[in-house]
Amino acid sequence: AGGMAAAAELVLLVLLAAAGPGLGQARPDALREELLLSPLPAGDMAATFQFRTRWDADLQRGAVSHYRLFPKALGRLVAALGVRELHLALTQGFWRTRTWGQPPLQAPAGAELWVWFQPTVTDIDKAWKELSNILSGIFCASLNFIDSTNTVTPTASFKPLGLGNGTDHHLLRYAVLPREVVCTENLTPWKKLLPCGSKAGLAVLLKAERLFHSSYHSQAVHIRPICRDASCLAVSWELRQTLTVVFDSFAGGQGKKDWSLFRMFSRTLTDACPLASQSKVYVDISPKNKEKELLEVTPPPASLHEAVVQGEKRTYAVYDLLSNSLFNTSRSLNVQLKWTRPQDSSELPTPVLHAHRYVSGYGLQTGEISTLIYNTHPYRAFPVILLETVPWYLRLYVHTLTIITKGKENKPSYIHYQPAQDRRRPHLLEMLIQLPANSITKITIQFERALLKWTEYPPDPNHGFYVGSSVLSALVPSIIAMKEVDMEQSPLFTSLFPSSDGSSYFVRLYTEPLLVNLPTPDFSMPYNVICLTCTVVAMCYGSFYNLLTRTFHVEEPSRGGLAKRLANIIRKLRGVPPL
Amino acid sequence: MAAPLVLVVLVAVTIRAALYRSSLAAFISERVEVSSPLNAWKRVVEGLALLDLGVSPYAGAVFHETPLIIYLFHFLIEYAEMVFMITDVLTAVALYLAIQDFNKVVFKKQKLLIELDKYAPDVAELIQTPMEMHYTPLKVALFYLLNPYTVMSCVAKSTCAINNTVIAFFILATIKGSAFLSAVFLALATYQSLYPLTLFAPALLYLLQRQFIPVKLKSKGFWLYTMQYAALYLCSLVVIICLSFFLLNSWDFIPAVYGFILSVPDLTPNIGLFWYFFAEMFEHFSLFFVCVFQINVFFYTIPLAIKLKEHPVFFLFVQIAIISVFKSYPTVGDIALYMAFLPVWSHLYRFLRNIFIPSCVLIVCSILFPVLWHLWIYAGSANSNFYYAITLTFNVGQIQLISDYFYAFLRREYYLSHGLHLTRQDGTEAMLVLK
Repeated sequence: AGGMAAAAELVLLVLLAAAGPGLGQARPDALREELLLSPLPAGDMAATFQFRTRWDADLQRGAVSHYRLFPKALGRLVAALGVRELHLALTQGFWRTRTWGQPPLQAPAGAELWVWFQPTVTDIDKAWKELSNILSGIFCASLNFIDSTNTVTPTASFKPLGLGNGTDHHLLRYAVLPREVVCTENLTPWKKLLPCGSKAGLAVLLKAERLFHSSYHSQAVHIRPICRDASCLAVSWELRQTLTVVFDSFAGGQGKKDWSLFRMFSRTLTDACPLASQSKVYVDISPKNKEKELLEVTPPPASLHEAVVQGEKRTYAVYDLLSNSLFNTSRSLNVQLKWTRPQDSSELPTPVLHAHRYVSGYGLQTGEISTLIYNTHPYRAFPVILLETVPWYLRLYVHTLTIITKGKENKPSYIHYQPAQDRRRPHLLEMLIQLPANSITKITIQFERALLKWTEYPPDPNHGFYVGSSVLSALVPSIIAMKEVDMEQSPLFTSLFPSSDGSSYFVRLYTEPLLVNLPTPDFSMPYNVICLTCTVVAMCYGSFYNLLTRTFHVEEPSRGGLAKRLANIIRKLRGVPPL
Repeated sequence: MAAPLVLVVLVAVTIRAALYRSSLAAFISERVEVSSPLNAWKRVVEGLALLDLGVSPYAGAVFHETPLIIYLFHFLIEYAEMVFMITDVLTAVALYLAIQDFNKVVFKKQKLLIELDKYAPDVAELIQTPMEMHYTPLKVALFYLLNPYTVMSCVAKSTCAINNTVIAFFILATIKGSAFLSAVFLALATYQSLYPLTLFAPALLYLLQRQFIPVKLKSKGFWLYTMQYAALYLCSLVVIICLSFFLLNSWDFIPAVYGFILSVPDLTPNIGLFWYFFAEMFEHFSLFFVCVFQINVFFYTIPLAIKLKEHPVFFLFVQIAIISVFKSYPTVGDIALYMAFLPVWSHLYRFLRNIFIPSCVLIVCSILFPVLWHLWIYAGSANSNFYYAITLTFNVGQIQLISDYFYAFLRREYYLSHGLHLTRQDGTEAMLVLK
């Protein structure tokens, strides 16, 4: 018996020792999940989910085999293809900056993928092609349509958002697929990458039938390297999965603008994800009316958090799902807001920077793309980088590019134009434009529409062709000074973009995608066209052959052909003189 | 004769200047019948703008002009309208002088053949007299300058006018008998648009005729002269291409210009036969049909050279006409060049079998082109087949016109040597057939 007890103790000790590294030491990866609910000026409701996994491992160097929170599919992708940063966004709808305000993180309609590769990658185009195909499989999206005809290499617009030394822009690739449709089949694999799946934590709210019944739905994956600590001697990898959805409260709420989690998602929160080290819900209760009263939410929040976000001072109600006191009274958390007084709808604050793009012209031969950029800051001017990617079949004429601000011509200080090559690469136009205070800048460029081969048209050719959104990147001056954010302590929605100094914040806006019609040939005619054209060529050939090979002769009298003899026989029978 | 020519030139310049100032200038520049991806003025301006931005004009797929045009318009961009009016006038004057000289050559040859008794006795009415040929050069200049096709081409500032000028100078140099200048201008014309390569054969035949070298394959003199002329031509071509290299220090212009002409990647509609054919092509056969269509332009040269070796100037006319119909991006400016020669063959009028129908077809199709384009592109009530049909009809009309003139020419030659009143063996009047 004593021997058995000793053996059992030994086994226990061995087991403990084996499990020791897992129990005793700090884990190399951590998950933080966060939900930000912000009522938008126009009465809609925006919900931004962020799931951030941070992993203190060197994916590039080591043969990492044990994946815990970081999804294996993405980890192996980063390691195998030498990816330094990856940003993939699948969006349905368009963020209306003018009515909804500045977006926390905007993405263009359709699919957008931009990737910085490591300098050690030798064939970037091959790696890009493989990457888009693998991502297409992981996310069930047709990212395999990304090829050289819609990929560009921007020089100034997309700087790395994570760590990086050396920014040779040849390591960057950017592609956007504006025709891509986002649906449940893209949401499911995205949810599968989360450590808790959609079974616990904030992800239980992500139900497809409510999420796609919205004005704007954007799900994104961002992978980037970050400093492991303040001294920045080692590199950690950060994976952020963000999902932004805007609900039209009028459509669901019987005309009342009150909202609640249950009304938006048809679910409530019951617990936090057990694997998460932090799980919080933030509600923006900044005052919206002149009396500067904070909005009232139920249940009353345990704490408030104040931050300067995008140049404005905002107050947030914080619900910590990991705190024991939250679920004491009720088993589920249903955050509700009832409007006590009607909102002043006349006072819609306009964002400092917003833009609008449209195509003009008539007929199927030529057209003009116009972009209007608004700077509503009362006294500060700031520059903005505009990136336009136009497919090759809309032939841009850069000598018709005009930029007019307040009636005068505005010359860009930096312009990078790469003309398109037919069927090989699209147009790339990048400009750095100075926007004077309180002004509207109009940028116009003319194009010609090409006639494509009949096999190059999509299945519904008269629907038109999409031109991807153009990208505006700017450091917008902020009215209130902003403090430097500590990545680990501050909420996730404040640490998306690296802030360079406290006086301005980075904004990336996307304009509307355009839908342009091209002239179409008749798709039922291939055989007919070949026959008719070859007939005309043969007519020429025939005439010339006759004239070249035959010579003139005096016609010899012929005894008459068969027809003439038959006619003469009939005439003799009739008694009429012969021919 | 100078005074009427000056008058014609003045009238032509006035019409063009008036049109430049009117609102029609913008409308005509946009017409696809007048400007093609190869010679549109908008693309020249775009190429120069790209050069200003520091990007090679050949980096994109918009600019397909030769570096010579970049050299020329880099300095003359402000005076573009003047340049195009001057090129039209130069073309007309060159054609005028060329046809004047050609008339002298025709008379000399006629006189020689009459003295050698090569003509039949009763063909006096067929022989051309100086009286009736006195106004031919003026008519040629008139046909070129006042042809609506030429006027539209000039108002649209299509660089086809420059190509026509170079070809006109080549014709002038050939008819004057200068082999060196002829080779230089032919090299320039080939460099500009590749298809004038086929004009090497008629020019060679004419120069051989002028030097009284008989065209026999076994003759040493023939081969010596041919080699000389070919060497001159090839050397000038190589020199011009090397000079073009030094403009941008790259060979990019070769695929952008000649690769573009030969492989036809741009399917912008025009008056030719290629665009819709390749828009509706099965991808599998694309290379095959590109080769067939390009060979179609070049392969009439040798048979025509064999048949028309005594008449190289008519050969030149037929060859220019074939290039205008079957080139990959034809425009009305190319048609205007061969139409300018029609007064030279006005003595063939009595032998033309059906001149009425092709003329009507050409006029009606020229009017229908903008109508059906508008219906397809702007009104949306027609589709591309309508425009394609007019393209087919227009080309059929042109082919009929050329082959009709060819028939008439051959028939006149037959009558000259066999007599006008043909009789059969039994004395009754005979019919002439092509067998």
